[in-house]
Amino acid sequence: MSTVDATRLSVFKTYKLYVGGKFPRSESGRVYEVTDSKGAWLAHAPLSSRKDARDAVVSARKAFGGWSGATAYNRGQVLYRIAEMLEGRRGQFVREVAEAEGLPKAKAAAAVDAAIDRWVWYAGWTDKIAQVVGGANPVAGPFFNLSTPEPTGVVTVLAPQDSSFLGLVSVLAPVIATGNTAVVVASERLPLPALSLGEVLATSDLPGGVVNVLSGRTAEIAAPLAAHQDVNGIDLTGADAVLAKELEIAAADSLKRVLRPHATDWRSDPGTRRLTAFLETKTVWHPTGSLGASGSSY
Amino acid sequence: MPTITPAFADVTASDSALRRFLHGLPGVDAVGLEARAGSLGTRSIKTTAKAYAIDLAISMIDLTTLEGADTPGKVRALAAKALRPDPTDRTTPATAAVCVYSDMAETAVAALAGSGVKVASVATAFPAGRASLAVKLADTRDAVAAGADEIDMVIDRGAFLAGHYLKVYEEIRAVKEAAGAARLKVIFETGELSTYDNIRRASWLGMIAGADFIKTSTGKVGVNATPANTLLMLEAVRDFRAQTGVQVGVKPAGGIRTSKDAVKFLVLVNETVGADWLDSHWFRFGASSLLNDLLMQRQKLSTGRYSGPDYVTVD
Amino acid sequence: MASVFEYAPAPESRAVVDIAPSYGLFIDGEFTEAAGGKVFKTVSPSTEEVLAEVAQASAEDIDRAVKAARKAFGKWSALPGTERAKYLFRIARIIQERSRELAVLETLDNGKPIRETRDTDLPLVAAHFFYYAGWADKLGHAGLGADPRPLGVAGQIIPWNFPLLMLAWKIAPALATGNTVVLKPAETTPLSALFFADICRQAGLPKGVVNIVTGDGGTGAALVSHPDIDKIAFTGSTAVGKAIAREIAGTDKRATLELGGKGANIVFDDAPVDQAVEGIVTGIFFNQGQVCCAGSRLLVQESVHDEVLESLKRRLSTLRVGDPLDKNTDLGAINSAEQLARITALAETGEAEGAERWSPACDLPSSGYWFAPTLFTNVTQAHTIARDEIFGPVLSVLTFRTPEEAVAKANNTQYGLSAGIWTEKGSRILAVAARLRAGVVWANTFNKFDPTSPFGGYKESGYGREGGRHGLEAYLAPSSPEGER
Repeated sequence: MSTVDATRLSVFKTYKLYVGGKFPRSESGRVYEVTDSKGAWLAHAPLSSRKDARDAVVSARKAFGGWSGATAYNRGQVLYRIAEMLEGRRGQFVREVAEAEGLPKAKAAAAVDAAIDRWVWYAGWTDKIAQVVGGANPVAGPFFNLSTPEPTGVVTVLAPQDSSFLGLVSVLAPVIATGNTAVVVASERLPLPALSLGEVLATSDLPGGVVNVLSGRTAEIAAPLAAHQDVNGIDLTGADAVLAKELEIAAADSLKRVLRPHATDWRSDPGTRRLTAFLETKTVWHPTGSLGASGSSY
Repeated sequence: MPTITPAFADVTASDSALRRFLHGLPGVDAVGLEARAGSLGTRSIKTTAKAYAIDLAISMIDLTTLEGADTPGKVRALAAKALRPDPTDRTTPATAAVCVYSDMAETAVAALAGSGVKVASVATAFPAGRASLAVKLADTRDAVAAGADEIDMVIDRGAFLAGHYLKVYEEIRAVKEAAGAARLKVIFETGELSTYDNIRRASWLGMIAGADFIKTSTGKVGVNATPANTLLMLEAVRDFRAQTGVQVGVKPAGGIRTSKDAVKFLVLVNETVGADWLDSHWFRFGASSLLNDLLMQRQKLSTGRYSGPDYVTVD
Repeated sequence: MASVFEYAPAPESRAVVDIAPSYGLFIDGEFTEAAGGKVFKTVSPSTEEVLAEVAQASAEDIDRAVKAARKAFGKWSALPGTERAKYLFRIARIIQERSRELAVLETLDNGKPIRETRDTDLPLVAAHFFYYAGWADKLGHAGLGADPRPLGVAGQIIPWNFPLLMLAWKIAPALATGNTVVLKPAETTPLSALFFADICRQAGLPKGVVNIVTGDGGTGAALVSHPDIDKIAFTGSTAVGKAIAREIAGTDKRATLELGGKGANIVFDDAPVDQAVEGIVTGIFFNQGQVCCAGSRLLVQESVHDEVLESLKRRLSTLRVGDPLDKNTDLGAINSAEQLARITALAETGEAEGAERWSPACDLPSSGYWFAPTLFTNVTQAHTIARDEIFGPVLSVLTFRTPEEAVAKANNTQYGLSAGIWTEKGSRILAVAARLRAGVVWANTFNKFDPTSPFGGYKESGYGREGGRHGLEAYLAPSSPEGER
């Protein structure tokens, strides 16, 4: 790590997981070395275990009722608050992204700005997606019939391996915008921006447990999450083809919703695909009836 | 005079108690009720079942004339028709009753004396029911004095809709007393009560006040008997008997014109309250033109060829 | 003179349907024998009479069918939407014209009452084709991008409970969106799909757009694993659904899975009782309870338990069980000996675990597969019959005390397909509906279906929706890679 003032020794940060609104170390006590793009040591990151994954699912499940039950407006306010908090710590993230991805400052700054803007984009979506994908269905009978989208539940998100922050935000924000709660597995090699994001989320009015951030070996953490019976969906973006197939097979056992990995330019228009990937459609029928018995005849 | 079932003494103690009771009855979902009635309407009643149903329906008819133009001659003709609906086939059952205005009751009684066909008289300022209680009671007593076996009274829909349930209750009680030994049919005019919830409440109100029959309508408004409102009233008499042991009859009236319709109503009876009500003592059709259609269908069943209006009597 | 109103037999005429002694596979517009020449018999479940012999498709036949569908895909998908629409409208009309014939056929092959095939299945089949016909030239307005593309060849596997209706749910949206299909009907109910092949011929549908391959589970597996299939649409058991999800892992094949259920029908103390009883009956006895979205768990508020059960038992005593072709039959035959054995075994488990069994008095025919309508009371969440899908006319009755408890019990299942709510209080309907984890919630009604209404489950009841605008999504690729899917 660079120290600008040669006379002052900088304070290192111990990077920790973000689970249930708290910042625990891995229960395993393990850490691994995180280096910059040139191999220089940056920090230790927690090397999460399957038990950390389990704890994260418990937190995410606990948070699901409150978060999915919050008003869409409230979720939008919280997501916007995340953007506001990030804006204030923009410099830190630019530095972390530049170091992690080996980008020049300007490019790293562009990625961070795009990530902040992405939170704003999804903040605006929270109270609109239901109008876009839901609606009244004109059934042929005396019934009021309404389809509304609802969050799938607890979603495991394997963050992209090469885009430590913009990619991460691009896969995480849509999952929670719609009311899901998330267990995010950070990029294995570039986990620091994700771990720092936890610190921002903790101060953005986001209820604890809505987002849980784990760092470590993707394959090791993802396997128990893909098989976990209390996980409802999995975004495989951060898995390579071999791992993705294994995880999809494991996910089939409880019929998780699976979003397969595909090449993505994280700077492009996100569309609604990631919002709808972890939405269920609920359709409710109710008789409309007549105003009175005098209105009916045979 | 039958006494009120003690179970209901408390609910008729005050207007508010009665209101609480009636509004505490289970609600009615209109779509579900109509769907059930519609589904029973798809029963296919053929051959022997049809013959049985047609004769049963004929025997349940209150052959009715309720016109300002009614005369003794018209009423005598109707009585003759009630006694021998099909002069060409003496196996045809007689109808249950003839139904007339109270001033015609005496004529009907004379024409039907000793036949077993009852005389039903409408009363209580039929069909509107807009008169003082004294007038309604006098109307009732007139009919009874003329020899009517059955009194078809109308409730005060205005009082009912205004929420004065106790007034309606007491009026039925008073008419019941005035009717003496005559069986009392209480007409709700369901088309004016408008909602199914009201029909269920009116049914219970009538039954706890001592009605021997509950009847849908006068035949004088836009919507009279329908499969749905009759089904609802059948459910009411079923539940009332289950709770009190007292059996009450049901009479859909007005708008039932074809054999097909009549058979549908009998299916409703059969599958809602069962055999106990499949008897003219417990179920009636208030109708006039229905009879001729039943007779034509009856002729079709016995001869195998379709009949026509010239082969049944017009009275 | 109180007497009994007995309904005379009122059988629908079998003469309207002409079943051939044997049927081949419908591939590339023609009926052909299976490569190995293997056949199997399809029987009428109400009499065990053999209706016809049907070809058993092998992997080789599947390959031939997929190739035919692939060959047809280019032209079919390039056809202007208006033209595709007109083919579907033609099909819809021909189905309406032949609806009595198809209803009788379906009743014969499936065992369900003619009243249901005539009044529910067939009208919905035609309506489904009409609905999706209208979408074919409006796909750019479906909110799935300006120019969404078909996926290619869809492999479709349907169950035996609503043979022709499930075919309609699969084929209508697939064709409207420009896909071609290879459809496998269930082993025990292949006939209506084969008659549908004839309707495709009458409609002049280009060869290869619809291919019908009959066979057993092995045939279905060969279809799922065929490398040139782009899309799997499956309705059936959760176990097979999971196997399909595993099989297509790591491929580009997309899947829609409509699987099992254990729907809770919740009756509150302020319910419209008479209509609730009808809804309970419809919920579990419609189609002999062989319905994935059946209301197989009755959750009744403890304070009205006795009253509701008394009404329910009285109502069940009026159900007419017997000849499915009789127009007055309410409950027909169970579809197969195998299914009957499963229902029987689960009912026995219910008794063995201490639940109280009740059925109305009813005479069951001596031949065929029959099971009397059955209630189990004193059932708790811990009973097998409260957890496992029975797929038969067997209702498990549980109680609850508060809305919270009702919701918790309703959601306490791996399934999430359907639920019912009975209460006269509007706000309670909305509050409970919002918290039920189920894809279809019927409030003060049950088992209603409509082509405009999306259908599908949460959790292990599967994924994807069929019906409505949502049903298009399952057959379309996004017009831009990151755009709407």
